[in-house]
Amino acid sequence: MQWINAVVQGLLLGGLYALFATGLSLMFGVMRIVNLAHGDLAVVASFLALALISGTGLPLWVVIVVTVPLFAVLGYLTQRVLLQGSLSSGPLATLLVTFGLSIVLQNVLLEIFSADTRTLDGGAFATSSFQLAGSITVGWLPLVTFLLACAVLAGIQVFLSRTGLGRMLRASSDDRETANLVGADSRHVYGVATAIAFATVALAGLMFAMRSSFDPATGPSRLIFAFEAVVIGGLGSLWGTLLGGIVLGVTQSLGAQIDPAMTLLAGHLVFLAVLAFRPQGLLAGRTA
Amino acid sequence: MTLLSIRGLTVHHGLLRAVDGLSLEMERGEVLAIIGANGAGKSTLLRALAGLDAPTSGTVHLDGRDITRFPAHRRVSAGIALVPEGRRLFRSLTVEENLLTGAYRGRPGPWSLEAVYELFPWMPDRRRQNAAQLSGGEQQSVAIGRALLSNPDLLLIDELSLGLAPVIVRRIYGALRDIVAAGTTALIVEQDVSQAMRVADRVNCLLEGRSVLAGRPAELSAEQVERAYFGIRDGED
Repeated sequence: MQWINAVVQGLLLGGLYALFATGLSLMFGVMRIVNLAHGDLAVVASFLALALISGTGLPLWVVIVVTVPLFAVLGYLTQRVLLQGSLSSGPLATLLVTFGLSIVLQNVLLEIFSADTRTLDGGAFATSSFQLAGSITVGWLPLVTFLLACAVLAGIQVFLSRTGLGRMLRASSDDRETANLVGADSRHVYGVATAIAFATVALAGLMFAMRSSFDPATGPSRLIFAFEAVVIGGLGSLWGTLLGGIVLGVTQSLGAQIDPAMTLLAGHLVFLAVLAFRPQGLLAGRTA
Repeated sequence: MTLLSIRGLTVHHGLLRAVDGLSLEMERGEVLAIIGANGAGKSTLLRALAGLDAPTSGTVHLDGRDITRFPAHRRVSAGIALVPEGRRLFRSLTVEENLLTGAYRGRPGPWSLEAVYELFPWMPDRRRQNAAQLSGGEQQSVAIGRALLSNPDLLLIDELSLGLAPVIVRRIYGALRDIVAAGTTALIVEQDVSQAMRVADRVNCLLEGRSVLAGRPAELSAEQVERAYFGIRDGED
């Protein structure tokens, strides 16, 4: 029963990993940008929510509803102002820009909020749970997070496959120049992709912040989870990312069942195994 | 009525002057074929007209409007569509999705998905297939359909018959006749000179980025075209 419980908990955690990794996958898929500041952005969202709550006294759900669209706007602007210029100089330039952004964000957070470890207080909702069967207890927060992740991924999938702009995102990912030939303004298309990436990473950051503690230096260690989920699932495939997140979550959870010290190592080992034996990922495909 | 007017257009490919002070005019509703040997600057001319290669000097007017400095996506709105060399379909999109990308700018005109399906009757049955699974001729048809869905006034087709079987080429040129009949002006680059002479209202032969011969196919002799094509000057042979 304990093992089944571990699988269920891991599955729910995997949803969060997938939500967190989606933006990384999208930005790489559409623009070939490896965003090294991805983890730090999630932490920035957490701190922003913290500041909004202590500053305005608004309830957490209102803060989430405000933060996520705000990050979408920030994402669009970051792409247009900061990343677009470096794109023409090749992949190394964008890597350096996002690396620099990562360091700047960490230090700004350190300057404003100090190095103290914080959590986002989700109230009773974050700690309450219900009994599923026997000894399997499911927390409301992990369950809602998982469902939210699935809903967001499904929403992005519909956007990419059904709308003209979504199609253009996929077309630009295939062949940027030809996408321009049929009328896509790359700067706008890239801005939209980054906006979606930032919005999802902010949402994931807030969910992370409710279930575990964070400080200004947490970003890079979170980034690894996103990378692992993306690589395990298969680059550029949304459902692959969900699968990758779930595999990572379940592995970590099972590892913790053997020995709590194994939690992260187990995930890294699966990641390594996938890289070694199936480098294209479990679901190789390109939808974005 | 003049649709396209190019004056003194020069385009560089690095240090190479790929198009050199070229001027030409196109009337609405005509088919102009650009012929010339490899490296004569045909593809560069088309890419410059579509906004992919920036000209060094000269002007391009479409319907009296100066579009010389327009980026590619704004030229689509202005009414230019290019079928690029090698078709360049989006390989992760289906046939229908490829076609629909052409409608992104929503320019009004006679071409819709239904109209394209009518032009190429085999397409509806295979619209859910991945574009990468099509044969060369089918890919060329989808690339033309995609360009048509942007409802261009001026359709540019690069290397229309390259790598296609003669029977397919005939079929696509048959479609081109319908396209022009619907009110579109076509500027095509054609490797096959005799094919170009058959289908075009006018031909223009490029040599080292310059126009060396222009006229109606009926008024040009085979010898004239041959000399222009290979750059043979009088008294050299």
